[in-house]
Amino acid sequence: MPDIYLDNNATTKVDPAVVDVMIPFFLEQYGNPSSIHKFADGVAKALKKARGQVQELIGAEHDSEIIFTSCGTESDSTAILSAIKAQPNRKEIITTTVEHAAILNLCENLEKEGYTIHRLPVDKCGRLNLEAYKKMLSDQVAIVSVMWANNETGTIFPVVEMAEMAHEAGVMFHTDAVQAVGKIPMMLQDTKIDMLSLSGHKLHAPKGIGVLYLRRGTRYRPLLRGGHQERGRRAGTENTASIVGLGRACELALEHMEYENVQVKAMRDRLERGIIEQIPNSFITGDLNNRLPNTTDIAFEYIEGEAILMLLNKAGIAASSGSACTSGSLEPSHVMRAMQIPYTAAHGTIRFSFSRYNTMSEVDEVLKVMPDIVAVLRKLSPYWDSVTNEPVANPEAAFTPTFK
Amino acid sequence: MWDYSDKVKEHFFTPKNAGAVVDANAVGEVGSISCGDALRLTLKVNPETEVIEESGFQTFGCGSAIASSSVLTEIIKGMTLDEALKVTNQDIANQLDGLPPEKMHCSVMGREALQAAVANYRGEEWKDDHEEGALICKCFAIDAVMIEEMIWANKLRTVEDVTNFTKAGGGCAACHEDIEAILEKVLAEKGEKFDPSAAPIEKVEVEKVKTPLTNLQRIKKIEEVLNSLRPQLMADGGDVELVEVIDNTAYVNMTGACNGCQMSAMTIAGIQQRIMEVLGEFIRVIPASEMKKLVNIAH
Repeated sequence: MPDIYLDNNATTKVDPAVVDVMIPFFLEQYGNPSSIHKFADGVAKALKKARGQVQELIGAEHDSEIIFTSCGTESDSTAILSAIKAQPNRKEIITTTVEHAAILNLCENLEKEGYTIHRLPVDKCGRLNLEAYKKMLSDQVAIVSVMWANNETGTIFPVVEMAEMAHEAGVMFHTDAVQAVGKIPMMLQDTKIDMLSLSGHKLHAPKGIGVLYLRRGTRYRPLLRGGHQERGRRAGTENTASIVGLGRACELALEHMEYENVQVKAMRDRLERGIIEQIPNSFITGDLNNRLPNTTDIAFEYIEGEAILMLLNKAGIAASSGSACTSGSLEPSHVMRAMQIPYTAAHGTIRFSFSRYNTMSEVDEVLKVMPDIVAVLRKLSPYWDSVTNEPVANPEAAFTPTFK
Repeated sequence: MWDYSDKVKEHFFTPKNAGAVVDANAVGEVGSISCGDALRLTLKVNPETEVIEESGFQTFGCGSAIASSSVLTEIIKGMTLDEALKVTNQDIANQLDGLPPEKMHCSVMGREALQAAVANYRGEEWKDDHEEGALICKCFAIDAVMIEEMIWANKLRTVEDVTNFTKAGGGCAACHEDIEAILEKVLAEKGEKFDPSAAPIEKVEVEKVKTPLTNLQRIKKIEEVLNSLRPQLMADGGDVELVEVIDNTAYVNMTGACNGCQMSAMTIAGIQQRIMEVLGEFIRVIPASEMKKLVNIAH
């Protein structure tokens, strides 16, 4: 069986139809959209079309609310830095403990510059407490930034409701929606969301292209100043081929929205059900009833994620882990810690994230190899009794290493 | 994914001596808080000879933690306890054809489990002597705790100082922002303020050699360089001693905390660099343990 890719929350394969529409913009229509000659002919028009395709997918009211950027991280930084620059008297930011590093590290840095950062905690299922959120809102808050869906667990946050609450309190609202766009339907014109970040490579467009949605009338200060591109809101020559590709990818995502929420979800559900049934001491993390259709994050107790991934990789299966050792930072996943998952389970979390390119037979293949992989590693684990095939009695007391 | 050597993969995919040794009489259990890995090492030691007859591991950890544990059990089998205690984490990493800098702590964990097991056998209590912090300099595998300690011990004030004393930041320089943040923090604790344009601490300068040296002069000059580097080593609880110079090779003993320190290979490389700068000729610096045994020609 060919290799199985179940790491679509990390990045996705570029859809061949997307590649097709991009190629002419490398080889023929490579002119600068600002130029007046035949190499630039039709480029501006193609950008406008792409803008419309993005607008359609996220339900924006105007196509001029779409600003093309280089990635989701740039969109996030632009949104937050714009809000604090436009409102210099507001020195507080509200976010959550489970955001992506693109938000968390930026906020941490702003904290050093004197900003107060309110980080909303989550419960054991990864849910936010809206009462606590309401109390944080004040005229001191420059911006609220809450992800639409969590990248590790797929848990969806009530951003539409939270944006309403922010709006009532006169506070700007931004959402990092890189995991949600293209997977769940959205209609931004019916919400009070002021800014939204999305990233092309999460929805079968190439890497290196992102979007900041900026509601018309929202006070804004550009991150990059320079040329007149994007109406002066994001200077720098347009990444024309990628913008055109992103437009096509958004069109395809809209066409597949039902497929994503029915067929893709069915594959996800079958995989996680199969694993939980076959493998003892495993459980699904996050808010089970309120998740992206393509994501499941499963904790395998008493073993470590990177070791699982290496064995999965050997079996031709690509997934990812919330374990410390895969992040490069040696920090256990902040999302797992925020949900108070015990470390003997948090280190063994594996995220499987699907796309419309996956198939049911791939699910069956994973179900075939997964029990053995877990068993092999548990055999090595000091917390596991391989004779009874159960955790040792009272694992935390039976093995008490000197930690440093 | 990490760039693991084939040796690491081999020991991960087919680990040696997995599981607990039955009738073990020495058990070491240690964990690394920075990544949550933990290891139980069980040994069967011959009470007469103190030879490790069997060794087994149980590891909760990543690929390199399992590989380090596996290779450790292979290295120490057949050794006496005293021999085993000389195994350094660098030996473990070397046997695996190296580990990524972020993963060196896996080999440290192996060595510590070994020390803990020996202490357990001897009825002693094993105490860990160094704390591990977030990895700052990826080029030279230096963590925040080490940098902080060096700033305190040597009154460092600039990034250049930190690089001179720890090597941190001496490679790609991408960690200079992080080093500045540590300087800011530590200096604030000392009631000082970090000044990026402060002058670095002056190095003890050893006069460079211009003319060819006799062997005796060369030895004296090498001693001089070692003396100039000694304060840094001693600040870190270690020391260095020159054992022998044969041709262009200097054999040294790393003592105290330097002995078996994660950084000792790096330190030796630094010493070699400094000696070559001063002597103006190629000199190899090698741990004395690798010196050919002296043969008594009288026999």
